[in-house]
Amino acid sequence: MKERGKGRATLLDRLLLAPYSVWAVIFILVPLAFVAYYAFTDNNFHFTTDNIVKFFTASSEVEGREVRTYLLIFWRSFKLAVISTAVCLLLGYPMAFITARARPRVQKTLITLVMIPMWMNFLIRTYAWMTILQDTGILNGLLASIGLGRIHIIGTESAVVIGMVYDYIPYMIMPIYSVMAKMDVRLMEAARDLGCNNLNTLRRVIFPLSLPGVISGVNMVLIPSISTFYISQKLGNGKFFLIGDAIEGQYVANNLHFAAAIAFIMMIVLLAAMALLRKLADRRVEGGV
Amino acid sequence: MKRASRIYTALILLFLFAPIVILLVFSFNETKSLSVFSGFSMKWYRELFRDRDTLSAVRNTLVLAVISSLVSTVMGTAAAVGMHKLRSKWYRAALDTVTNIPMINPDIITGISLMLMFVFVGRFFGLATSLSFWTMLLAHITFCLPYVILQVLPKLRQMDPALPEAARDLGCTPLQAFFKAELPEILPGIITGMIMAFTLSLDDFVISYFTQGNGFQTLPIRIYSMTKKTVTPKMYALATIIFFVILTLLLISNLTDQDDGDKHKTKKVKSED
Repeated sequence: MKERGKGRATLLDRLLLAPYSVWAVIFILVPLAFVAYYAFTDNNFHFTTDNIVKFFTASSEVEGREVRTYLLIFWRSFKLAVISTAVCLLLGYPMAFITARARPRVQKTLITLVMIPMWMNFLIRTYAWMTILQDTGILNGLLASIGLGRIHIIGTESAVVIGMVYDYIPYMIMPIYSVMAKMDVRLMEAARDLGCNNLNTLRRVIFPLSLPGVISGVNMVLIPSISTFYISQKLGNGKFFLIGDAIEGQYVANNLHFAAAIAFIMMIVLLAAMALLRKLADRRVEGGV
Repeated sequence: MKRASRIYTALILLFLFAPIVILLVFSFNETKSLSVFSGFSMKWYRELFRDRDTLSAVRNTLVLAVISSLVSTVMGTAAAVGMHKLRSKWYRAALDTVTNIPMINPDIITGISLMLMFVFVGRFFGLATSLSFWTMLLAHITFCLPYVILQVLPKLRQMDPALPEAARDLGCTPLQAFFKAELPEILPGIITGMIMAFTLSLDDFVISYFTQGNGFQTLPIRIYSMTKKTVTPKMYALATIIFFVILTLLLISNLTDQDDGDKHKTKKVKSED
């Protein structure tokens, strides 16, 4: 009976799997090995740790102070990505909740509306914000026309955060919504019957149950925000180099080995961050239940 | 919906759509200004349609998306069928992990890693540059494959395993059993996977950027170079056209799955339990 249930892997099945197995090794695993290989070699492909050392020690002067160039860029990337992710979560969570509680027809419409900007290329979305936030842009035109002073926002960290939030908020709303849509409404009613006020229902019932959606949302926003290289160039006026800009800059300058070193370090740090995030979430779920 | 919810929803939607509406409106502006609408004109659209680079980028993007979605759908479906029947646990775990890598890794890492390999191999054969349409195609197939596999695998799991067996018992060859019994069952997953692969390929900028070469430009790369220097409302015209194409496609897909989609969903939920 067991044999029958699953079916035996025949020669045909193995043949079906072969092309992908080979493809995955050549185009997924080998390229990653190349990142490490380039990171630890010089232009003649001799072993060196210079690229890694350079990442940690290269310094430059910013506003009269001596700073570690790449460590500063790394720190800034993480800071802006974490801020953007937090804003996406704060703004997106209520939206996901409202959508999941709406009537089926409204739900479908709202989700389609949230998805439309997601389908536009992120270059266009970012570019749109650039035209809005520019000193001569619509926002300032609007402010001036109602008698308020102009504000200078393009080229600041806030502008970069706005761009990231705009580009990635649908990736936060969607996974949280899909978890919440499956949630049993009776759980909330039960919590209220048992004396929970709205805040407690949210804290002790809704939030713990929606955690899987929150985690995948955080992942889906955090990773592209850390590694982006267009948003900061357009909205930060090139003043706020992020880790993605550093990699792209080295690529354009044809310093492939150093570009690989930065990518390699970013990969390691991201893996560690994701493992940490998962661990925190596990503890939270255990504590909550 | 309560009133507060309505206001909140309206504000979020305003945030999501205001920039798009602004692009749309200013694509019809007669001057280059981004803050003052001085008069209606189709001038930027005319200029867009005279721009040969953009038009050839549109063609390139479509060619690339069609080929990479077809190849990744065929290879990915085959892989999913093979993976589903795989007995070896470690092989299965290894495949699952590797399949996840392109989805978890930031695009920039995927792009850089493929580029480094292509450049290395090209140098090995003494080529000045190995980056071209072909390297971009290989890259696109690579990042589309996991999405196809992940759409097809659940359909295989939901399928009654006795189905292909019954077909075999009734005298089908393994190949016939696959095409006549299995394929119709997993077809919705294959189609969703193919559409996802197609749109991912259309939309990709970062990975294309690093694996491009020999002057082969896709639309996102063209947009990137258009926005690199000066601001031109030609870009707005392009964005407006793209917006309406997406809107039409979404409306069509929403209308078509309204009828059988809901039935399907309830079926799916039940079989998962």
